[in-house]
Amino acid sequence: MTIAQIMFMAFVGLTLLITFYAAKKNTGASAYFAAGRSITGWQNGLAVAGDYMSAASFLGISGMICFSGYDGFMYSVGFLVAYITVLLIVAEPLRNAGKYTMADLLAYRLKPRPVRALASLSTLIVSTIYMIAQMVGAGGIIERLIGIEFAPAVIGVGVLMLVYVVFGGMLATTWVQIIKALLLIAGALLLSFLVLKFHHFSFTEFFNSVSKADYGGSAEPKNLMQPGLKYGVAAAGPWGPLDLISLCLGLVLGTAGLPHILVRFYTVPDAKTARSSVVWAMAIIGLFYIMTTFFGFGAATILKKELITTAAGKPDINMVAPILAGHLGGPYFFAFISAVAFATILAVVAGLTMSASASFAHDFFSNVIHHGKANRPGAELIVARVTAFCVGAVSIAIAIYLGPSVNTAFLVGLAFAVAASANLPVIIFSVFWKRFNTSGAVAGLSAGLISAIVLILLSPNGLFGKTGAIFPLENPGIVSIPIGFIAAWLGTILTARDPEAEAKFAELTVRAHTGLGAEKATSH
Amino acid sequence: MSEKTPVNWEKLEEKPEFRALMARKKAFIIPATIFFLIYYLALPILVGYWPDLMKQKVWGEVNIAYVFALSQFFMAWIMAFIYVRVAAKWDKAAAEVIHGHH
Repeated sequence: MTIAQIMFMAFVGLTLLITFYAAKKNTGASAYFAAGRSITGWQNGLAVAGDYMSAASFLGISGMICFSGYDGFMYSVGFLVAYITVLLIVAEPLRNAGKYTMADLLAYRLKPRPVRALASLSTLIVSTIYMIAQMVGAGGIIERLIGIEFAPAVIGVGVLMLVYVVFGGMLATTWVQIIKALLLIAGALLLSFLVLKFHHFSFTEFFNSVSKADYGGSAEPKNLMQPGLKYGVAAAGPWGPLDLISLCLGLVLGTAGLPHILVRFYTVPDAKTARSSVVWAMAIIGLFYIMTTFFGFGAATILKKELITTAAGKPDINMVAPILAGHLGGPYFFAFISAVAFATILAVVAGLTMSASASFAHDFFSNVIHHGKANRPGAELIVARVTAFCVGAVSIAIAIYLGPSVNTAFLVGLAFAVAASANLPVIIFSVFWKRFNTSGAVAGLSAGLISAIVLILLSPNGLFGKTGAIFPLENPGIVSIPIGFIAAWLGTILTARDPEAEAKFAELTVRAHTGLGAEKATSH
Repeated sequence: MSEKTPVNWEKLEEKPEFRALMARKKAFIIPATIFFLIYYLALPILVGYWPDLMKQKVWGEVNIAYVFALSQFFMAWIMAFIYVRVAAKWDKAAAEVIHGHH
């Protein structure tokens, strides 16, 4: 066995042990879906960070900064700033007025069946797309790092994720995410330290070599500090700058509509803890993404180009960070960073499966099919576990069908765009706009969902490729987000006022802003 | 909150203390949101349409574009710090509004 394989096994063993203990504590829906609402602020902060910093961001952004310089760093900025939206607008009202899912807040004062059905559909779509992206990335990376072939690697990740979610529920998922966040920060700190050591701990020397990045002397020097290498007019044509703005808009507004991030705020005892957990998450996420400066740019100054390009001469974006680790820290550090990448993938897919299955069981099964009336005790939990299994199986099958060559950045972009265009407008209007009604919610959710998906299919990444694209931008946010907001607004003002929804606005406002009657912690 | 004595939500919502709390919240959250969105979106707009300005060097090889991007991290952290300070005051006001309803 290689060192990397031993480290993988150690991580898997530890997380299975956690799942075993979590399974014993899983008695009832609140324990299973929301970890008994007993997670503390710093723990949930780490878990949010662990749920959020995906393999795409660790491996993908390192590679993008290494090859596209400054423009890749723009992703790092957006991923942190997005949390201000979460902190200021979404986290506390959601915790105060909801129970298990994003739809709890949306359906609070509107007609529950249509709103929950659509919100659940949107949750399933966002989570499945995001998960396929992670699975495809995972399969490719594991194939390279520990020598397991693509299909068995994807199946292995899927089975492990299902064990965490089905047996350990939210509690096990939370601890897998916490451990992963700590490992990822440790790996990023060590990698940044080694890069700075290479440059004699001099920022002047570091930035000088970034401005003349020559891939260890193997390529023409290129100034990676300059913006525009990916989205500039020279590189991307006249639509490039607008595409960058559209990307940024999707990032900054999409995070607050990602169901797997939102459900994390139900795991803490109250809104105040939800607030402090966002702050913890912002500290950790910010620290991590600032460090992408060192290992992203650093790779371009240290690694020879042959090391980080494929046999066909194309940039090997996802392998930059592990190869840099091996180059600077030897085989043990390479193994460690590989194990961190593996832990990263598992923690994110577990969080996605958890939110998808909770939404189907709680929103669709209990509230749409059974009208919210009490069904057989424990039925919701059984449905959630079966859904987790189905979502996992479908994602594994699609990931294997698409194969390692599919563009994962495109899938992640689509998930953010749907979250920003369909979910966020309806969340904001239902909390802050009294007149908002069911037709508005249905219009906003459907128009946001459809416009984001259709625009992506017509984009250069979509059905017709770069040459036949009907929509010129790769990122649909700048068009689909306004469509989501306008549809929700028009759907409301063009239809009759809903006295019931407006009457319940008082209740929702008081609950959301004072925490009166909020779900309490159940286990200690 | 007990099941026997249902809360009169409308009455609570009409309380001057609650209305004052909501006014204070809006007076902070709306300008803060507008500010951070403008500050953040200024980055891709300037980088995309005024690249020559953003390429100007301020310290060694470090240019305005990088300094502005880095400043976004500190903007986010400072915003979070201010929000937590302000929200702690709201918590007290909220506790007074629902006093006697637990």
